[in-house]
Amino acid sequence: MARPDQASARGARRSAGQWLETWSEWHAQALVSSLGKLLRQPLGSALTIIVIGLGLALPGALHLVLLNAEQVTENIGRSVQLSVFLSPGTEASQAKALHQRIEGRDDVLEAKLVSPEEGLEDFRSVEGFSEALSALEDNPLPWAITLRPSHGLDSPELTEALAMELRGWDLVDIVQVDTDWVRRLASMLDLLRRAIEGAALVLGIGVIAVAGNTIRLDINARREEIEVVKLVGGSDAYVRRPFLYGGFWYGLGGGLLAWLLLWVGSWTLAGPIEALATDYGSAFRLLGPDSLAATATLLGGPLLGWLGAWWSSSYHLRQIEPKP
Amino acid sequence: MIVFEAVHKRYPGGREALTDVSFELDRGEMAFLTGHSGAGKSTILKLVALLERPSRGRVVVNGTDVSTVRSRGVPAFRRQVGMVFQDHKLLSDRPVFDNVALPLAISGIARRDLDKRVRAALDQVGLLGREQGFPQELSAGEQQRVGIARAIIARPPVLIADEPTGNLDPDLAMEVMTLFRRLNEVGVTVLVATHDIHLIDRLGTRRIHVENGRMAEEDGDGTP
Repeated sequence: MARPDQASARGARRSAGQWLETWSEWHAQALVSSLGKLLRQPLGSALTIIVIGLGLALPGALHLVLLNAEQVTENIGRSVQLSVFLSPGTEASQAKALHQRIEGRDDVLEAKLVSPEEGLEDFRSVEGFSEALSALEDNPLPWAITLRPSHGLDSPELTEALAMELRGWDLVDIVQVDTDWVRRLASMLDLLRRAIEGAALVLGIGVIAVAGNTIRLDINARREEIEVVKLVGGSDAYVRRPFLYGGFWYGLGGGLLAWLLLWVGSWTLAGPIEALATDYGSAFRLLGPDSLAATATLLGGPLLGWLGAWWSSSYHLRQIEPKP
Repeated sequence: MIVFEAVHKRYPGGREALTDVSFELDRGEMAFLTGHSGAGKSTILKLVALLERPSRGRVVVNGTDVSTVRSRGVPAFRRQVGMVFQDHKLLSDRPVFDNVALPLAISGIARRDLDKRVRAALDQVGLLGREQGFPQELSAGEQQRVGIARAIIARPPVLIADEPTGNLDPDLAMEVMTLFRRLNEVGVTVLVATHDIHLIDRLGTRRIHVENGRMAEEDGDGTP
């Protein structure tokens, strides 16, 4: 055995590079051994990972619902339509001039001129109307122009302003625009977004608590070992390290599970939803998890798990003091 | 190396474990701490290892006044004090190698240096070749020697032991005490608490005697 003073001199000569190498070596060891501990108690670890996975998957799924709802409403937004009915007795040439004037505007994507005859034809094709219409002597319908504004769902105010302007024009009788439902839809989506944010926050705290509680049990199970490590001079950081990595693994496992659930979920729903959309004549395709969902589950999981472990170990490790 | 100056220790609840204890152990010295159970031997060792703090008085270990050590500094302080326990406090779920290597792992020694030093420490306690065994597979004396190997592997300047022979038969006890003597001969300051008077009579080492928490007579040459 070397003399103690030689030993300390040797310690002081370690260079920063060696120190870093040694440090990363021990961290890698703690990382791997904490994974090993997890795998040695598969049932307990699996339960924790499942709870964390569900906690992350739920806001993820809501996020996907929102994502797809926005995609749908974008399509609907493009079909926001204004119907401009001209005054009865308007001449065809006047109607055509008006149509050209509207079509030339920047805030109008397209405009279609509908003659009274065409309008009548449209009505005839609607079930139950044809008989009622044949009872009429004259065509009661005026010239009409249907138009789609270039701005969609996102700005019901602009659509409203366009309608107001058109109402002021000569020969324009009625301008029909229903932006109320657009507003309602927009605020519903906003509400959904807030609900998701709230759910994500609450479930995120839940994930931290689940990871923290599991780490608390791990700490209790290894109380003797912690005492011994503290006895031989293990620093708090050293004692804590394997538990922090444990939290990291629980979180990563949960994150991967959540990611998997989101993929499998959207994959199984994609077929039926496409069939449904096709029935309604829509080209809608279900969107799978996006990069935000990927980041939130695969990075957020480990982060929350680590936080839970940090919080739990700060509290519980302090309570374990060696008493030989 | 170890200095106690008018040390008092009162535990919560009012029990006075130590009253006005003063002694000094020089660098490289060895002494036995004797006295009945409950006389205060363990309390003295706990103060040396900073497992407890003195209520009054001064404790200096390896030049450090323990009152200057904040709780963050306790682990680093403890690393200069090797500790051996009566129940040896080994980790039963880890092989001998890991148990002995623990103090080095804690201070972040490179893994490539680990093997050599663990074997050197086990060689010193006569257990070379038992690295892969588990503590339960060893006899009581062997377990105690693993505990000693763990206490010395980081080459601490101070080694303390609390009743290290309490569970051993006389031959094994003598073996363990001789081991402490050998460690002392290479420069480690050693303080061993024991009530095994017969054993230390045969060793003839300095004795620090405590009775009811107070210093009693000290025998410089080990003869009563």
